[in-house]
Order: sequence, then structure tokens, then C-alpha cells
Amino acid sequence: MTQARQLNAGQTAVAACRSDFPALDQDVNGHHLVYLDSAASAQQPSAVIDAMTRYESHDHANVHRGVHTLSHRATDAYEGARETLRGFINAASTREIVFTSGTTESINLVAQSFCRPNLGPGDKVLITHLEHHANIVPWQLVCEQTGAELLVAPINDKGEIVLDALYALMNDEVRLLAIAHVSNALGTINPIKDIIAEAHAQDIPVLVDGAQGVPHMQVDVSDLDCDFYAFSGHKMFGPTGTGVLYGKEALLDAMPPYKGGGDMILEVSFSGTTFNELPYKFEAGTPNISGVIGLGAAARYLEKIGMQQIESWECELSEYMTQRLSGIEDIRLIGTAAHKAGVQSFLLGDIHPHDLGTILDHQGVAIRTGHHCAMPVMEYFGVPGTARASLALYNNFDDIDRLVEALEKAKEIFA
Amino acid sequence: MIVSDLHTDDLRDLYRDLILDHARNPRHFGKLARTTHSAEGINPLCGDKLKLYLDVDSDEIIKEAAFEGSGCAISVASASLLTDTVIGLSSIDAMAFFDAVTSQLAGDERGNGKRVDLGKLRALAGVRDYPTRVKCATLAWHALKSALRQDTAPASTE
Repeated sequence: MTQARQLNAGQTAVAACRSDFPALDQDVNGHHLVYLDSAASAQQPSAVIDAMTRYESHDHANVHRGVHTLSHRATDAYEGARETLRGFINAASTREIVFTSGTTESINLVAQSFCRPNLGPGDKVLITHLEHHANIVPWQLVCEQTGAELLVAPINDKGEIVLDALYALMNDEVRLLAIAHVSNALGTINPIKDIIAEAHAQDIPVLVDGAQGVPHMQVDVSDLDCDFYAFSGHKMFGPTGTGVLYGKEALLDAMPPYKGGGDMILEVSFSGTTFNELPYKFEAGTPNISGVIGLGAAARYLEKIGMQQIESWECELSEYMTQRLSGIEDIRLIGTAAHKAGVQSFLLGDIHPHDLGTILDHQGVAIRTGHHCAMPVMEYFGVPGTARASLALYNNFDDIDRLVEALEKAKEIFA
Repeated sequence: MIVSDLHTDDLRDLYRDLILDHARNPRHFGKLARTTHSAEGINPLCGDKLKLYLDVDSDEIIKEAAFEGSGCAISVASASLLTDTVIGLSSIDAMAFFDAVTSQLAGDERGNGKRVDLGKLRALAGVRDYPTRVKCATLAWHALKSALRQDTAPASTE
């Protein structure tokens, strides 16, 4: 079935990148690994691992502090990564690129620094039913702290946001809209450019949770005109413990620091402290230097392959996955949005997702099972959890065939 | 690709017929007419959630046991087997089964309390080789312990 597929040169080039990922070249439980859990955490290419090893082996020192050679090298590499990330999402300035520990910290930073000082009773924060916990709980916390109210826009049976209902919730009491670019549990790609325009028409700033956006598509924050864009390193083939908060400079400038410590100050005395300029104001303490260097290497790696080529390849794979999974008797696909990334949640007969995960792992196929840190989404579909296969640039048609064979085997065991 | 018989056999050891039977047709599923002790068990990793109900008389004998909830085959089968086992036992003997089952799943057959014959609970032994699944099998048993101790917080496998 797979041989008949005609791939264009770009797609073939992306498929060849699989060998760049050493972790994929191993047997698990006696079978060659099929990794279909990239939405939870993606594997890292040698380019990322090598960049971090090189730094740790030769260039390590603290950044922004020393006059010695290693400190210069470390600072150059760290700030070089910032420039790479700026270009990667087309931000106007490196002042708009704040390094964080990941999407979760990026969102918490906005909740505590942008929202908290400006929220009070009567104010609203707007999210959607599609969000994962990292884009729910920080807003619940800040609403509790300030007396503001959290509004949740509904979704439909396909797992798409009901846009009319979302727009109907937008009014002058809404202080921020926080919305996923791509749903982690269902794969839905939200029409965020339209949504941002609609929100801006009502003077509502927008934070986009881009954790599942950046690994799979070209993200251009200037074109989207979003006010904040949060993402994680480890979902885009970089290391864990790294991430970015993009924010429009004027907004970041007006925000108070989120954490206090070294590096975020210009001058400290016991009568007061002058904060450093952007983006350092938000990067207290010694940062995750090697992680950020790895994240920069991941962005360069993706740019080299080309995000459009990656998107095109994943689109082929995703269509094939939907087609093959749909052909399995007794399967229930959850999340069937018209515009969708390479993520598919499903249930198979009466087999609990956790059992399915074990049976698939036995055959070397790694998927995620459970609520995917999106319990309200699971509740909407009336399921305690799902099995989820998620694709990345390094997957291929054989992986999907192996997934389907493993699912057939699970049916046999539970027959 | 052909899945080797060896690996399928391993899976059959985990998903034995007895386990699949209890998972599909859980015994004592529902509420009791009279509940004297109850506890909730939550496995946050996979979302397994169950409630165990006991009717314990004044002589500390478990007259009835039942459970409700949802979970994977392993957790539901284990809960079903638990209710089958503890009805008619004293709470002390039921706790001896708790010790024996949790020891079996930890790979420690000696147990740390009174010796009991596990009987059909031996069907859970296959879970031992799946460290990520041991918590599914012990969930109901932790709920049993909480219920008998009359703990107020839900039992958690974490």
C-alpha cells in the first residue's frame, strides 16, 4: 500500500530525516521502535544533542557576567539562540523573545505579570473548551487571586471551537483571550489569525498557546498579530526545560517582572532595584544555557528542512493515518475537525486506552493513553481518556501500518 | 510484520482469561443496600477511578462488598476479584489479603503479614512484569485499606 504513494522531492527529503534521530533507531520489546508520541515529547536530532554536548564540553560558563573567553562564548551562543528563535517565528526584535522553562511557564508569566495587576471583579479571561491544563489552570489561579471570571467558549462534536459562540463571548469586560494554536488531544488547528483579528476588533489581547503549533507549521507572529505566543522546546525536537514566551514589546515593557533575582536587574540597593531591560527583566537567575542552545539548534534544524516541507509531509501522513484507522472495525475516532494536524485520538471497541497502550508497547509502538492533560475535552466526549497517536516529521507510512497491525493484535487479545 | 508467539504469550499472561472475564463482567458492580465503610481510589496516571463499598457488621465481618467506577481491564478485574475475595472475611483477614496481593505485585511472594492462599488472585501475577501497570492492579486494594481504616482522603496509587 505504501509503495504506490508518489511523493514529491520535498516530502522525500523530510522522510529521509528520520536517520537524524538516534533514539528512533532501537528495538523495543523485540520490535523496531515506532514512536507515535511526539505530541507529548518529540525526539531530538543529533544536531541538537551535539550542540548541547559541544557547549557543555568546551564553552560552558555563566552568561552576561564574565569578561573571560568562555563566558563570552556562552553568552554568544545563548544570545545567538535568541536571534535564531526570533527569526524562527518572525518576531520584530529579540527583545520580544523571553526564554522560559516551557509553555507552562510562559503562560503563567502572562497570567501573573500581564493579567494579575490589571484584573478585578467584573473582568473576564476567555479560554476555550479545547485547552490543555497549562492553558486552563494559570487562568483559574489568576481569576481566584483577583476575583475575575473565567469564560469558556464551547466546542462541537468534531472538536472544533464554535466560532460564533466564541465571538459572542467577546466584549469589553474580557481582558485576555488565551487559545491553543493546535489542540494537543484532538489535533484541531484553530483559525487563530481570524480569531485574533476578531478579538482585536474588540481590543482584546490574545495569547496563543503554540506548544503543538511550532513543531508542525510555519508560525509567523508578526503576520498572526498575536500579542503573546507561548511554546516549548521539547515539542519541537529540542530539550525539555526550555521554552519561549513571545510578547509584543510594548506589552512586555509595561509588565512588572515575574520572578526576582540576578540577571533581571540593572542596579540593586536596599532602597530599591532598577530592573533590567527586555527580555532580561523576565529571565531571573542563571538560565538553562545548554538547553537554550539546544533549542536554537532545533530551530535551525527545522529551518534547514523547511517548515512548509514538514507541513506537507505530515499532511500526507496524517491523511494516511486517518484513512487506515477509519478502516478498523469498532474504532471511534475522537477529534475529526476539518482542519487538523497529525494527531489522532481514538477508542477501540471496549478496550480501555491504558490496556491498548500496554499491548501496543509490547509490539514496539509508543502511543499516549489517558486524558492528555485535557480533562475537560475528555469530559465533553464522555470518555475517561483516549489512545492518541501523534506524528512528527520523522514518521513514515510504515509506522502507521505498524500501528494498525498492533491495533488488530489488540483486538485479537481482547476478542 | 509478524508478532512473534513469544510476545503474544507474554501478553496472554497479563490478560489471562480470568482477568478479561472479570473486566468484562465485573462481579458485585454497583452500590450496596447498607454501606458502613467506603473509599474512593484514584490513579491519576491513567484516570482510573473507583469507589469501594463495604458492609461490615459489629463482629468486624465483611458481609457485603461492591464497587463502582471505570478503569482499565486490570483495575476493574482486580476490583472485581477483590469483592469476590473479601465477602465473608473478617477485616483482619481482608487486610492479610491486601498484604499478600500487594506483595505479589511487588515481586515479593513472602508477604509481610499473615499467610493467605491467593487462589484466583494469582491471575494478577502477570501484572508484575509491567511496572507501569502495577498501580492499576493495586488501586482497589488501596481503597480497601482506606475503607477499613475509615480514611477520609481518597486512596491514591501515587
